[in-house]
Amino acid sequence: MAQLDLYNIYLNMEKEDIILSFKGDITKELLSSVYQIVEARIESGNEDPKKKKKFFHVLVECLQNMYNHMETMQGMDNDLPENSGSGIFMIGKGEEGGYRIITGNFILTENAGILKERIDQINAMNPQELKAYYLEKLGSTELSDKGGAGLGIIDIARKSGNKIEYDFQYPSSKYSFFTLSATIN
Amino acid sequence: MDNLILEGSNKTPAINFKADTGILEIAGKSIPENSFGFYQPLFAWIDNYVLNPVAKTEIKISLEYFNTSSSKCLLDILRKLEALKKSEKSDVSVSWYYESDDEDMMEAGQDYDSLVDLTFNIIKI
Repeated sequence: MAQLDLYNIYLNMEKEDIILSFKGDITKELLSSVYQIVEARIESGNEDPKKKKKFFHVLVECLQNMYNHMETMQGMDNDLPENSGSGIFMIGKGEEGGYRIITGNFILTENAGILKERIDQINAMNPQELKAYYLEKLGSTELSDKGGAGLGIIDIARKSGNKIEYDFQYPSSKYSFFTLSATIN
Repeated sequence: MDNLILEGSNKTPAINFKADTGILEIAGKSIPENSFGFYQPLFAWIDNYVLNPVAKTEIKISLEYFNTSSSKCLLDILRKLEALKKSEKSDVSVSWYYESDDEDMMEAGQDYDSLVDLTFNIIKI
């Protein structure tokens, strides 16, 4: 294995003000640990309790969105590195004392178009429209077989109060790498 | 019938459903990945309770956090209780608690109030 340039990774994370990051298998147990670490950390800070709650709430939705929708890839695609069936997330300090949550995971390329459309649709809504859309979805949808209620993305936009940033990269024809970034001011 | 009592965890709320008093309490955090798995026994208990309820039923919800998949399950519980009220077998009310600095939780109570036909008391702790 070639020498890993950990120093550069460190510098980049320092520059981006990352307070917690993880790459690997996203399990329920991992998420429990992350919630505990983050809760302990935000409890000890002297920040606005409202902002802490919003941050924790959005964090849970972002991580569970990844947990529920990431593809665990079987029969790996030749264009992808081995063991790509894992995810990555970073929690950072944003501008003006805010927080940033970034998740990255593989999805099926055939689902990328509809996901992009959904986020664009949600990003175009103002707070009143988001609330109405959330209530409409809450009242009408059933839980999916992946355990989601189709509400996560709407809730992330609604609670964070910011547009959701995203990116799709296409390392193979079958799988796409989806990055989602939420900011809480 | 038996009461349903579950201890809370860092992802799931404490449950205290009492058939003899008609007081159903949900308190703490509700952020499990698989909400349906957690709530299924609650649905089953309520389905059984509504067959032979006491005259007054009160559900007390005091949550610190809940995720979107729990929000769906909470609505399902409230819809079951709405049907109970409609059947006129029990007078059902909802007490929704929120911490004074938590406007989002207050708003969530108002959201549910707008979705079901039940008497809501939204109470600041």
